Amino acid sequence: MNSARLRWRKFVSNFMLTLTGVCAFVSVLVLFLILGYLVFNGGASINWAFFTQLPKPVGEVGGGMANAIVGSAKLLLAASLVGVPVGFLGGIYLAEFSGPKIASVVRYAADLLNGVPSIVIGIFAYSLVVLPFKHFSTLAGAFALGLMMIPITLRSTEEFLGAVPRMLREGAMALGASKWKTISSVIVPAAYRGIVTAILLALARVAGETAPLLFTAFGNRFWSQGWGQPTASLPVVIFNYAVSPYEDWHRQAWAAGLVLLGLILIVNILARTILSRGIAIPRG
Amino acid sequence: MKRTIMLLAAALAFGAVVLAQGSLSITGAGATFPYPMYSKWFDEYHKKFPNVEINYQSIGSGGGIKQVTEGTVDFGASDGPMNDDQLKAYQDKHGFGILHFPTVLGADVPTYNIPGVSAELNFTPDALAGIFLGKITKWNDPAITGPNPGVSLPANDIVVVHRSDGSGTTYIWTDYLSKVSEEWKNKVGKGTSVNWPVGLGGKGNEGVAGLVKQTPNSFGYVELIYAIQNHMPYGKVKNSSGAFIKADLASVTAAAAGAAKEMPADFRVSITNAPGKTAYPISSFTWLLIPSKISDTGKREALKTFLKWMMTSGQNDTEALSYAKLPKEVVAKEQKAINEIQ
Amino acid sequence: MAGSRSFLSKLRDGDEIARLITFLFAASVVLITVLLVYELWIGSVLPRHKFGLRFLVTQVWDPVMDNFGALPFIYGTVVTSAVALLIAVPLGIGASIFLAELAPPRISDTLQFFIDLLAAVPSVIYGLLGVFIVVPLMREIIYPALNKPFGFLPIFKGPSYGVGFLTAGIVLAIMVIPYIISVSREVLLSVPRDQREAALALGSTRWESTWKVVVPFARTGIMGSIFLALARALGETMAVTMVVGNVPKISASLFAPGYSIAAVIANEFTEATGDLYLQALIELGLVLFVLTFILNGLARLLIVVTSQKGSGRGNQ
Repeated sequence: MNSARLRWRKFVSNFMLTLTGVCAFVSVLVLFLILGYLVFNGGASINWAFFTQLPKPVGEVGGGMANAIVGSAKLLLAASLVGVPVGFLGGIYLAEFSGPKIASVVRYAADLLNGVPSIVIGIFAYSLVVLPFKHFSTLAGAFALGLMMIPITLRSTEEFLGAVPRMLREGAMALGASKWKTISSVIVPAAYRGIVTAILLALARVAGETAPLLFTAFGNRFWSQGWGQPTASLPVVIFNYAVSPYEDWHRQAWAAGLVLLGLILIVNILARTILSRGIAIPRG
Repeated sequence: MKRTIMLLAAALAFGAVVLAQGSLSITGAGATFPYPMYSKWFDEYHKKFPNVEINYQSIGSGGGIKQVTEGTVDFGASDGPMNDDQLKAYQDKHGFGILHFPTVLGADVPTYNIPGVSAELNFTPDALAGIFLGKITKWNDPAITGPNPGVSLPANDIVVVHRSDGSGTTYIWTDYLSKVSEEWKNKVGKGTSVNWPVGLGGKGNEGVAGLVKQTPNSFGYVELIYAIQNHMPYGKVKNSSGAFIKADLASVTAAAAGAAKEMPADFRVSITNAPGKTAYPISSFTWLLIPSKISDTGKREALKTFLKWMMTSGQNDTEALSYAKLPKEVVAKEQKAINEIQ
Repeated sequence: MAGSRSFLSKLRDGDEIARLITFLFAASVVLITVLLVYELWIGSVLPRHKFGLRFLVTQVWDPVMDNFGALPFIYGTVVTSAVALLIAVPLGIGASIFLAELAPPRISDTLQFFIDLLAAVPSVIYGLLGVFIVVPLMREIIYPALNKPFGFLPIFKGPSYGVGFLTAGIVLAIMVIPYIISVSREVLLSVPRDQREAALALGSTRWESTWKVVVPFARTGIMGSIFLALARALGETMAVTMVVGNVPKISASLFAPGYSIAAVIANEFTEATGDLYLQALIELGLVLFVLTFILNGLARLLIVVTSQKGSGRGNQ
C-alpha cells in the first residue's frame, strides 16, 4: 500500500469535493446577486408615483407604471380563465376517467406544448386571435399566456388527484356515491391545496413572460379599456425601457424588475412551502 | 370552490365595467423617428379631450406600414413613405386607399461616442458612405480627419450601429446615401430594412441611441431629438452646396423649402440632399398613414379632429422638441386633404 | 358490463356528463397542440416552396431582395447555446454532486429550494441584468482578459462591442444552470446506495466512488438534464435579444455580434412587410419548434431510462 499515493488520492478527493461545494455555492449566490442588484438599482424608485401614475411623454422625467401593473394583472386573470379550466378539468379526466392510451396521448401533447418556445406561442396567438379580430388585445395576450399555463395545471392536477389515498375513494364509493360525486366532494377537495399551489406556480411562470406579449397584447401608454384593446404589461415595459437611452426609463425599469421578480418569488416561496412534501412539481 | 368561481366572475365583470369607461380608444403604431413628438402630442390631446385616448406604439416605420395594412391598428406612421407596391397592396386588401399626412420635419444626425472626443465632427458624404459600407474602419482614417483638422482622432476601430428593425429613419439615411454614393446605391440601396454590410443592430431610435451611448468608438444615425435628449454629440454633414451644416430648426426648414412649393398631391416626397446653401442634407418629413375610409364614426371624427389640431395648435409644440414646423403651403394643402377621409 | 343503454339515457347520468365534459377539455389540449403545428406549417408555405431545404443553409437575410436564409440564426442559436452549456454543465454537475452526495439532507433541500427560485426568474430580468451588468463586464474585464493573451485564436479575435455571442452565452448559462442542477440532483439521488457502498468498501475515496461509479451510473439522466437545458437555451428570446447584437452574420469570433432564431422573430415579426418576409419568420419558428421538440423528446427518454435503471426496473 503506497501511502503517498493514498495521500494524493485523498487530497484530490477533498479538493474536488470542495470544488463541487463552490459550484453549489456560486449557483445559489447568483440568486442573491440578482436580488441585490435589483434592490440596489431599483429600490429607491419604488414610490407612490411608480404605482399610481401613467407614463410621461418620451424624454420627460417621472411618471409611473400604473397601467402596466394593472395590465399584467388583467392578463393573468384572463389567462387563468383559459389555462385553469382546461388544465384542471383535463387533469380530472386523465386521473379519473381516462384509459391508458388516451392518457398518454394527452400527456404527450401537454409535454409538447410545454416545450414550445414562448415566442412561437406568440406567433400562434397572433394568427389565431389578433388577425381574425384585427386587433391587438388583452385577450390575445391572455390566450398566449393561458396556453402556457395548461401543461403545468394539467400535469399537476393529474398527479395530485392520483396521490389521493385509495381509502378515501373506496370509502365514498362504499357509501353509494356516484363517480362524479366522489370526485367533486371527496377527491378534489383532498387534492385542492396541491392543485391551487400548482396554479399559483403556473401564474408566477407566465407573469414574467415577455415574448408572447410583443405581438398580442402589444402595448399601451394609457389605461387599456376592457379586454379588447392593447395593454401595457410589466415585462414588455421593462424590455422597452431597458434598451432605450433614457436614464429615467432605466431607473424605472430597475424598479419594475424588482416589483415583478419580488412578486414572482413571493408566490413561488409561498406555493412551495405550502405544498406537502414528497409530491413532485412538474418542471415548468 | 363555487365561491372562488363566483368571486372570479365578479372580478371580471367589475374589471370590464369599470375600466370600459366609455372613452374612445384609438391605436396607432409606427415610426420611432417622431415618437417623442407624438407621445407629447397624444398626451396633450388627451388632456384637452379626456375621453379620447390615442395609444401610439413606436415599433418602427416598417411595423407601422405592416400593421396598418393588416388592419390591426387604426393608423400607421412612417418616415419612409409607402412605395407604390405597398400602396397597391393596401388598396387590394381593403378596397380603398391610404393617405399620407406629413406631421413634422426632422433630421437624421450622425452621432458618435469616441472616448476623449467631444467636438462636433464634420462628415463628408463619402466618409458617411465609406463607414457604413465598411470600407472606412478606423476613426483616424483620412476621410474623417481631413475635414476635422483641429481634432485628434484615435486609431480605434469604428463600431457601426444601425437599425435592426424596419425603420423610416433607415429609409431616410439610406435614401441620402443612395443619392450621394453610387456604390451604396448599387450595393445596398434604400429601404426601411436593408442588408447592412457592417454594424450592430439596435431596435428603434431608442435602441440605436442606447447602443451608441454605451459602446465606445461607436457611430450611428438617430433622429435629432434622440441625440439632444441623451446629450450625445452629433456631427455636421456637408450639403450639396459644399457647406458643413448642423441639423437644427433652420437648416431642416431650409431643406423643405423647395418641396413645400411643389408638394405632390399625395404628400410623398424626399428632401434628402436638398439644394440650398443652408439646407441640412439628411432631413425628412414624417407621415401619419390614415386609411381613406374609416367606418367607425367616432374614430373617424376623432382622427380628423386630431389632424386639424395637429396642423394648427400642435405645430406650436414641435420646436421645443427640435422638430421643425410644417411649411405653411403644406399645411394649407393638408387641411384640404383631410376631407378625403370618409 | 351494463346492458346497452341509449346515448341519451347515458347522458342523463351525471357521471357520463362529467366524463364527456372532462374528456372535451383533455381533448382540447391535443387539438390545440395539433393546431399549433398546423398553423406553423401552413403559415410558412411560401418560403418552403420558394427555398425548400436551401432555407436551412442560406446565409443571406435580405428583406429588400426577398431572399431569406436561416443559417445565421441557426448558427447564432447553436453557438450561444453551446457557450451556455460549456459554462453551465461543469458548474451544474458540480453543484448537483455536492447537493446529492455531500450535503446533509436539510442543507441539500434548502439549497435546492433556492435553485428552484432561480429557475423562476423571468427572462426579461436576466436581460435587464445582462444589459447593465454583463455587457459592461464583458467590455471592461472579460474581453481584455481573453483577447490580449489569446487574441490570435479565431474565437477571440476582433473588437469588442460588449454585446455578442459570448455575452449572450454567459447570460444563457446562468439561466439554464438550475435545470441541470435540479434534474441531475434527482437522478444522482436515485442511484442505489449499494453502488456507492460497494465502491467505498473496495477502498475508493469519496470522490472516486462518486466520479467513477455513481456519476457514470446516472450518466444518461445527466445527459437528459443537459438536453433539457439546451432546449431551454434554444428557445430563450428576451435575454438573448437584449445582449446578442442583433446582426444576422456568421462570425468565428465569440466577441462578434450575432442573432438567434427567437431574437429575430421578436424583433422583426410586427414589421415584416410582404407575405414572404413574414412567412420566412414563421418558418424560422417552425425550425425552432422542431429543434426543441427533438431535444425535449430525447431528454425525457434519457431521464426516464435512468430513473428506471436506478429503481431496478430497467432492462436487466
